[in-house]
Amino acid sequence: MPLPAPRTNVRVVTLNINGQDLSAREDETVIELCRENKIPIPSLCWMDGLSVVGACRLCVVEIAGSPRLQAACSTRVREGMVVQTSTDRLRRYRRILVELLFAERNHVCSVCVSNGHCELQWLAQTCGVDHVRMPYRGVGYSLDSSHEMFRVDHNRCVLCTRCVRVCDEIEGAHTWDVMGRGSGCQVVTDLAKPWGDSGSCTSCGKCVQVCPTGALVKQGTSVGEMVKDQQFLSILARRRSNR
Amino acid sequence: MNLDDLADLAAKYRNEAQEPEIEVRVCMAASCQSSGAVPVLDALRAGCGDKPEGNCKVKGVGCMGLCSAGPLIAVAPPAAPLEEAVIYRDVTAEDAPEILASAFPGSTPVERLRCPTDMPFFSRQHKIVLENAGIVDPNSFRGYVMAGGYAAMVQALSEMPPQDVINEVTTSGLRGRGGGGYPTGLKWSTVAKMPAGQKYVICNADEGDPGAFMDRAILESDPHRVLEGMAIAAYAIGANKGYVYVRAEYPLAVERLKTAIRKAKRAGFLGNHICETQFNFDVEIRLGAGAFVCGEETALMASVEGGRGQPRPRPPYPAEYGLWGSPTLINNVETYANIAPIITNGGAWLAGIGTEKSKGTKVFALAGTIVNTGLIEVDMGTRLRDIIFDIGGGIPNGKGFKAVQTGGPSGGCVPEAHLDLPVDYDSLKTLGTMMGSGGMIVMDETSNMVDVARFFMEFCMDESCGKCIPCRTGTQQMHGLLDKIARTEASRTDLELLEELCEVVQATSLCGLGQTAPNPVLSTLRYFRQEYEQQLG
Repeated sequence: MPLPAPRTNVRVVTLNINGQDLSAREDETVIELCRENKIPIPSLCWMDGLSVVGACRLCVVEIAGSPRLQAACSTRVREGMVVQTSTDRLRRYRRILVELLFAERNHVCSVCVSNGHCELQWLAQTCGVDHVRMPYRGVGYSLDSSHEMFRVDHNRCVLCTRCVRVCDEIEGAHTWDVMGRGSGCQVVTDLAKPWGDSGSCTSCGKCVQVCPTGALVKQGTSVGEMVKDQQFLSILARRRSNR
Repeated sequence: MNLDDLADLAAKYRNEAQEPEIEVRVCMAASCQSSGAVPVLDALRAGCGDKPEGNCKVKGVGCMGLCSAGPLIAVAPPAAPLEEAVIYRDVTAEDAPEILASAFPGSTPVERLRCPTDMPFFSRQHKIVLENAGIVDPNSFRGYVMAGGYAAMVQALSEMPPQDVINEVTTSGLRGRGGGGYPTGLKWSTVAKMPAGQKYVICNADEGDPGAFMDRAILESDPHRVLEGMAIAAYAIGANKGYVYVRAEYPLAVERLKTAIRKAKRAGFLGNHICETQFNFDVEIRLGAGAFVCGEETALMASVEGGRGQPRPRPPYPAEYGLWGSPTLINNVETYANIAPIITNGGAWLAGIGTEKSKGTKVFALAGTIVNTGLIEVDMGTRLRDIIFDIGGGIPNGKGFKAVQTGGPSGGCVPEAHLDLPVDYDSLKTLGTMMGSGGMIVMDETSNMVDVARFFMEFCMDESCGKCIPCRTGTQQMHGLLDKIARTEASRTDLELLEELCEVVQATSLCGLGQTAPNPVLSTLRYFRQEYEQQLG
């Protein structure tokens, strides 16, 4: 998402989120401000340090005067803005969005290497998904274990494209991208070659660490053993912006 | 160059062309070609050479509108409008000698092939966008100039400062013809107000709605008109580069557009120092690879840039941050085709046509179960009943009317009870549908509305780019539920879930495709709920 680079002489604005008066730098987005002030907003595709795509729609918020819901990740703060992040309507929508994700591919927590450390699982808990009302599609997706260190299981992918962005923007390799459309979408390495044959992959493992689910994992992990470390990204982002 | 010079040029062309006494115009648009216009044209050309009794010329032209009766032929004096011509329908190559023999004034037309021009299909139309369609040869630059083409561009360049051009467009009240109906003048002035520098003009010709072929017909019939509109827009906003984004499924439109760009460049009407002024404007064609979502402006720009055709959140809008980050003006084919007459006749002239908030005319593609399938142009505010039963000729085979789908997969259906509504952007919105780009699919009493909703949902599901969750997975689930209802296996809970999904997908999707994907379901539920309920298991 092509937001202009932060400027040095930014103004400060005040706004109201959930009845709470807050001040923010003009170049901040609503989700950044919420994270800063510990106001919970669920999100999946957004990640501090990566570009914004606004794809998961979980962070939609109500803004007074705006007829449409806006994604908090792609909405900049404005002076006098009045934002609601957790109305009944929003909570209902978020729950359905998470249900839709569960029904789309094959998320079976009990046998997943990320069980207990999975953002999708955590989202389901916070959004109150106690059961899924839609039928599971039950379409089998492939698994690529050709890389000597990592594995991608498309059954567990939610297409948040964090891997695509971290590989392109932080590592600079652009090994990952998305192919296909609709339900046929899939993240691919190089031109849909096996990951192990990829000439551009540097085996840095950043994609594995940012992946919210058990789709990208280290080889040799068993159920519940894949704990991810995403600290590096904010450190890298901070170091870059300090320069 | 000023308007007098252009008139001289047109006169020179006319002299050189030695205008014939009579013209035999053969529709060479895609639909007539598909029903066999090419052999007809060849036969007429072959037969025309040995006509001693007078001077006659056979020429290929663009769409005459009545596509269901193709191949169409019009015999008329040069530059005469369609209503004054003798029109023949369903012509075959064998009919050529007979048509040529009766072409000259005084002889009797071939009655067996004749298509009456006094029928409402011709007499009730008001052609502004399509005024040259079916009259000029789309492959001829000279033909366009002789028909008064490029006068608006020359007038704008030689007599009007950019702000005046924008003022005329604003005064005209023209609204975007691609579907949203955003005021064109406002869009232009926004891009014009952006700081000077690289700016772009894009023509959106990625017409993907099922049953819509307005843009195709305009490009195939009068490509120079669209280029002229783009050039005027570029002059008004300060751009020097334009792209026409056409879907690759329109090979004929692409071919004619290419020819038009090449000829206009050679004549100095595109490129550097257009008409000996300081204004430069170059146009390139970009082909769409068959994705419906690329009609969405941000996805379209991503595709032009060579990226994956996916939309991005707005704001920033293209006017501020468009192609390669530069301010960009995106309008639809039909919008650009409206520009030249606005400049020539003044904005107030267009503002006098149409309804209070929707000005001018609109081109509609009539499809489905209707007698006169084809392309029409009527004033905004014409009643749907007049469009379907008068101009369209009603429903064939004595069947009853059930509904008309407007706006394609983003729109909804209008039942019998609302047919007296004057058609404009706002009235259709109150009915839960939209103008869209102008496709109208008429359905007779045998149509099952659940099937209709399922068809459009399947289209949206297949065309979803897969970026955002509600559109990618929501359309799948909605399609599954509609399928279940159609198989009479669904329960009331399923219907409730379907309605809830419609609400979520509409409210949370990233781009217009997802936000409007539930519309066919919502509108069929609104008017034909009993059909859904009858099919519950």
